[in-house]
Amino acid sequence: MNASNGPIARLSGLVKRFPMGRGHFTALRGIDLQIMPGEFTGVVGPSGSGKTTLLNIIGSLDTPSEGSAVVLGRSIGELSHKQAADLRNHHIGFIFQTFNLLPVYSVYENVEFPLLLLRKPAEERRKAVLEMLEWVGLSDKIRSRPSQLSGGECQRVAIARAMVKKPGIVLADEPTANLDADNSHHILKTMVRMNENFGTTFCFATHDEKVIRYLRRKILLEDGRVTKDETVKKPRLRRAGT
Amino acid sequence: MMAWKLAFRNLAGAGLRTWLNALVLSLCYFMIIWHKGLLDGWDRFARTEKIEWEIGGGQCWHSRYDPFDPFTLTDGHGPVPAELASRIEEGRAAAVLIAQGTFYPNGRMQSVLLKGIDPDQSVIKIPSGALKAENGTIPAVVGGRMAETTGLSEGDAVTVRWRNRHGAYDATEVTIARVFKTYALSVDAGQIWIPLDSLRRMMEMPDEATLVVLSRGSGLPGSLPEWTVKNPAFLLSDIDQLIRSKSIGGSVLYVALMGLAMLAIFDTQVLSIFRRQREIGMQMALGMTRGQVIRLFTLEGALHSILAAAIAAVYGIPFLAVLAARGFGVPQSSDSSYGIIVAEKIFPRYSAGLVLGTVLVIFITTAIVSYIPARKIAGMKPTEAIRGKIQ
Ligand SMILES: Nc1ncnc2c1ncn2[C@@H]1O[C@H](COP(=O)(O)OP(=O)(O)O)[C@@H](O)[C@H]1O
Ligand SMILES: [Mg+2]
Repeated sequence: MNASNGPIARLSGLVKRFPMGRGHFTALRGIDLQIMPGEFTGVVGPSGSGKTTLLNIIGSLDTPSEGSAVVLGRSIGELSHKQAADLRNHHIGFIFQTFNLLPVYSVYENVEFPLLLLRKPAEERRKAVLEMLEWVGLSDKIRSRPSQLSGGECQRVAIARAMVKKPGIVLADEPTANLDADNSHHILKTMVRMNENFGTTFCFATHDEKVIRYLRRKILLEDGRVTKDETVKKPRLRRAGT
Repeated sequence: MMAWKLAFRNLAGAGLRTWLNALVLSLCYFMIIWHKGLLDGWDRFARTEKIEWEIGGGQCWHSRYDPFDPFTLTDGHGPVPAELASRIEEGRAAAVLIAQGTFYPNGRMQSVLLKGIDPDQSVIKIPSGALKAENGTIPAVVGGRMAETTGLSEGDAVTVRWRNRHGAYDATEVTIARVFKTYALSVDAGQIWIPLDSLRRMMEMPDEATLVVLSRGSGLPGSLPEWTVKNPAFLLSDIDQLIRSKSIGGSVLYVALMGLAMLAIFDTQVLSIFRRQREIGMQMALGMTRGQVIRLFTLEGALHSILAAAIAAVYGIPFLAVLAARGFGVPQSSDSSYGIIVAEKIFPRYSAGLVLGTVLVIFITTAIVSYIPARKIAGMKPTEAIRGKIQ
């Protein structure tokens, strides 16, 4: 489908308006942006600047009001409901601030869920789930329920769930907002390793300095506009540990 | 397949709530099947009694006879046609002559139907063998209800008065040879059975009859001049009508029961929308389509009914089986609207159709009740659902 050398996401003239009272509120005011395969990037900016809105559109959870968003070769605004679901199902992983694990499922079942939707055979599911749980260091908790896990562990399950189908892009919206520093660093390091190992594209939305230090590209969003877009040659904390 | 797997997971995960709902639903199954089984058992019993005591395999009536109009008795009789006569000869039919009379039990005067029947017949269960008794008077048998209302018992003699075909009055004594017990009031109340030959002599109607009862399985004759053939369906139509109207009355109970159970399911499902919207939003983010969400939630709700059926089977089957084997005692005469005295014991009847029908109806209703909120869930925007925005 998408050319692997083309951009994962290409946004041009992207405008998003929300109806509000009798008029509307413009959350994104003309975004031009490309995200290339394998990037470890993030949209940063103050609260209310439109980060979540932008990620939702890239993730085909929402549609542009104007302009275009082409993700993995598909024009988001033109997808039917089913096509959008299909795109998310196959190619997009989500990580949210609130983890959003399925509460009645075990850790294993949560991670398995996307593969069930993809109708993968049982053996393939099992292998992939166990592999991912090993990646996030939860091999010993596969039977636990989300309610029995700490916040950091929950977010690690969410990462495993997002990664288990080896998506084209993982969208992580404030993934550390509910975590302490240790856990934040832990999950970021895990995602960095995944990015290097699998070549998966990561795109964050964050205003957390701890996260920002890991990014290789920082897209500054202010009041619905991209005001700065810088690529860091050598992220400092990459190898520094902690 | 996937939807089934996920629905099962959701149910299992919900734990206690699932079991509570299923328990309520299982009571619903149990009550409906128990109650309907009782009614069905009683209906079947009432029908069988009427067939065995009165209708046999059908009847042939003299064309001027109308059971609802006693005045037709004067003309509604005639010689038994040859075809029926040969059946009577072979024991495959029994002639009945009916006349109006008056009798004087314990000094009171009461009008009565005199019914003549062949003492040797075995087509219907009237104990006509007792009519062979000889002691100078005419032997008679009456039903239990008749004996009770008139205060007659076996061995009692009573005066009977009648008008023969020429309009002349005459009177004689009959002796009660047997009181029989039947649940078919239509061969009991207000009538006295005496030997056919005696009644024919009394009425001066040799070889005549009002109707002929055919034995079961002997087949209906073709058309006969002056006589009309009445098939069992016609003869049972009033009792069948009654059964139908009763079952409509019973359905009100089922609707009420189902309503309660459905409220529980509906409540659970509606609560789910609000409590589980993040979860559902996440499922959408993970790529579930609206259709899949609707299917999953509908199935999840409907599966309660399957679980409930299993629970109901665990406690219901032993209980109902014992009931079906031992019978269910009811107070005497609590209900005689069938034209039949209520049996002191009813043997409930649980047909496969009743059980499967109940399961199916409950399954479909649960599915519908689950579908409605599921559709609402699926209509949410995933972005709003994930943030838990709705209400
Ligand atoms: N569904 C919506 N309806 C109305 N306004 C919205 C909606 N979603 C977001 N907004 C508004 O758009 C702006 C950007 O929101 P958001 O993308 O969530 O910002 P961020 O994630 O950077 O904090 C905010 O002012 C917010 O109130
Ligand atoms: Mg946000």
